[in-house]
Amino acid sequence: MAASDFLAQSTVFLAAAVVCVPLAKRLGLGSVLGYLIAGMLIGPFVIGFIGEEGEDIMHFAEFGVVIMLFLIGLELEPGKLWRLRKRILGVGMSQVFATAAIIMAICLALGLVWQTSLAVALALSLSSTAIVLQTLAEKDLMTSEGGRNSFSVLLFQDIAVIPILAILPLLAISSVAGSETSKTPIEDLPMGLQTLAVLGAVVVIILAGRFLVVPLLRVIARSRVRELFTATALLIVVSIAYLMQLVGLSAALGTFLAGVILANSEYRHELESDLEPIKGLLLGLFFIAVGASIDFRLIAENPLLIVSLTVLLMVIKFTVLFVIGRVFKLQLGQNFLFSLGLAQAGEFGFVIFSFITQLGIAESRVISIGMAIVALSMTITPFLFILNEKVIQPRLCDGSNRDEEIEADNVEESNQVIIAGFGHFGSTVGRFLRANGVEATFLDNDPDRVNFLRKMGFKVYFGDATRPDFLLSAGADKAKVFVSALDSPEKNERLAESLTKFFPHLEIMMRASNRYDAYELFDKGLTNVYRESLDTSVKVGVDVLRRFGAGAYTATRAGQKFLKYDEEAVRELAAHRHDEKEYISRARETIALQERLIERDMTDRADTVDHAWDSEPLVRGFGASD
Amino acid sequence: MRKVLIIFAHPRLENSRVNRQLLVRVPASPSVTINDLYETYPDFNIDIEREKALLLENDVIIWHHPFYWYSSPPILKQWIDMVLEYGWAYGNGGEALRGKVVFNAITAGGNAEAYCPDGYNCYTIPDFMRPFEQTARLCKMDYKPPFVVLGTHGMSQERILSASTEYGMLIESIENESFDFESVNGNAYLNSKLMGTLI
Repeated sequence: MAASDFLAQSTVFLAAAVVCVPLAKRLGLGSVLGYLIAGMLIGPFVIGFIGEEGEDIMHFAEFGVVIMLFLIGLELEPGKLWRLRKRILGVGMSQVFATAAIIMAICLALGLVWQTSLAVALALSLSSTAIVLQTLAEKDLMTSEGGRNSFSVLLFQDIAVIPILAILPLLAISSVAGSETSKTPIEDLPMGLQTLAVLGAVVVIILAGRFLVVPLLRVIARSRVRELFTATALLIVVSIAYLMQLVGLSAALGTFLAGVILANSEYRHELESDLEPIKGLLLGLFFIAVGASIDFRLIAENPLLIVSLTVLLMVIKFTVLFVIGRVFKLQLGQNFLFSLGLAQAGEFGFVIFSFITQLGIAESRVISIGMAIVALSMTITPFLFILNEKVIQPRLCDGSNRDEEIEADNVEESNQVIIAGFGHFGSTVGRFLRANGVEATFLDNDPDRVNFLRKMGFKVYFGDATRPDFLLSAGADKAKVFVSALDSPEKNERLAESLTKFFPHLEIMMRASNRYDAYELFDKGLTNVYRESLDTSVKVGVDVLRRFGAGAYTATRAGQKFLKYDEEAVRELAAHRHDEKEYISRARETIALQERLIERDMTDRADTVDHAWDSEPLVRGFGASD
Repeated sequence: MRKVLIIFAHPRLENSRVNRQLLVRVPASPSVTINDLYETYPDFNIDIEREKALLLENDVIIWHHPFYWYSSPPILKQWIDMVLEYGWAYGNGGEALRGKVVFNAITAGGNAEAYCPDGYNCYTIPDFMRPFEQTARLCKMDYKPPFVVLGTHGMSQERILSASTEYGMLIESIENESFDFESVNGNAYLNSKLMGTLI
């Protein structure tokens, strides 16, 4: 590719992303859909900026999935993975087998031979790790029950790719598949040696992760060249991917394993922050390529066939997942997240279909249709997430409460206090108030939690607390105090804007995660800002002081004084931080001031707190009796 | 065997010379309990039930504190306000503390000359103790003259030691019932003999 070509293409890709992604996010569609739309627009069938090279780009961009799995591995310590084993095997295996069996039956019914049916079924049974994990992370749902189960299924599928790719050659009907399809150098080896090579590669990854990578990272870190660390991180991922390719294993799986091994190392966070942007870019590229690869001509020729097959596929996958979710006792809300989220076919489908082409297992028409279904289902997925969030989850609340309250989410009687967010923070505030006879109205957007809390007799309403109309229906116009216990700083900022704009009479008390959030909230005109870790950390300091001989009361007073100084300092800094220069000097000044105050507290203890009983001036003044 | 409860209040014990030494000499005995209010309730959130249980378990109560601004440090007043409940300590049905002996043990910077009508403090120590005395009386307790360590400003180590020795001996004799509370009725101080040598 000529350099100018490269530049032209990069311009097209980046421009499409820069235009479409913020637009999609603005419309609440999520970044994945933004990339997909960007891809469709620049693809050969709409504007046509890029042509058939889309597929090459997709292969390149699949590397984003590899990096993503490495990063996921980094988040999972081996112990945690081991604890997940039952879920991975139970939920994951049942999903792949059940889905594949049903799809295969349908393919057979459609008149395909069994080899083709099995291959297509396997290709379509896998879901999209890239879309689902990216979306779950974006919506902060990774730690929810549905998110965890989704992850287990995806992990099992990533593992399942290996045996699937292994058995595909056995399905080859024609001899079209020449020896040139043998991609891995070890394939000519006898079976025993192949197994040995595979095991050897895994052992190499584990040993290298343990004994080679960490010392290497230490040396690199000491060199203090930032980009060298990024290069090393990339080297680790690329080399493992290469090794895996040599022995015919999934690169994603190999890097995932390496990630797990490095999860305990002290460089975990550096690796994460270095690879994160690269992963994001490559994944974006990957989604663009998926969008570009959708064969609109094929769809245009057989619109009914392809659309109905796609819908059928997603209904099957959804049903299987939903039943599994039921069996594994997922709550209804979580089950919808889990089943709708994984109902698409995934990027591994493209890989397997291209492999099927090479092996000549299916006719090219079947493969084209299959690929179109995969791409279409991936494109639909973000919409399903939106459907789940905006339509299904709210309904779940309404439905279960229909008999108690006709319009559950139209708050009839209004409490004086409204609390947004019923997590650990909000529930503590709420329980405290209830213990003291003050009932509050709660707003939360987790339907399971809403239902549970309603059963416990709390007034909890489902909805997005940042929406003014919802705030109004929750009684924000009649309430006196509004407490925001949301943990997301962005949501809190939006909430602060809505509240001050539409309900200026409310006294707003808002949670902030740290002093930087607090600055933002002060900027929005709020005065009651509560940094969530401030009191607790001072409390720890007080307890440490006590271990060093300070009396309980002295230490407690010191803590109270410190809290006061710190609250004063954060307000003072918030007012001056916009002028960068000023901020730096102010920050120094405040630190210096704090130091001085604390020092004084230490040296002049007797004067500041004690009653000067034994202090020098008093003794001099009144005279010693000796 | 009498059981003794020292209700101790000093906001900065770690900087105190006299009171720390006084506590050192308190006999380590299962029948003597030191209840350090500032250490136990640095946030002034007094556990009323715990305090009531302690009072019930003991026969002799000592309000031990430095003498600040002619009274006790604030946490002892808080303790009195919170723990001595109506219907329990006084008033209708308030019989829980009846007959228990109680007195103050105080340390003060001024010497005995300061605490007399001609001194700069104008009043005597027993005059200043009236609110405690009346509090005890309302609770049907037997209030005794205070144990007093005066002139703590610039007090020599020697004198601190002798004061603390006497405090320790006093508590020990209360504990083994050899101390005769009747003999000090009408005295200004519980330890008037020792104070005589100090002044």
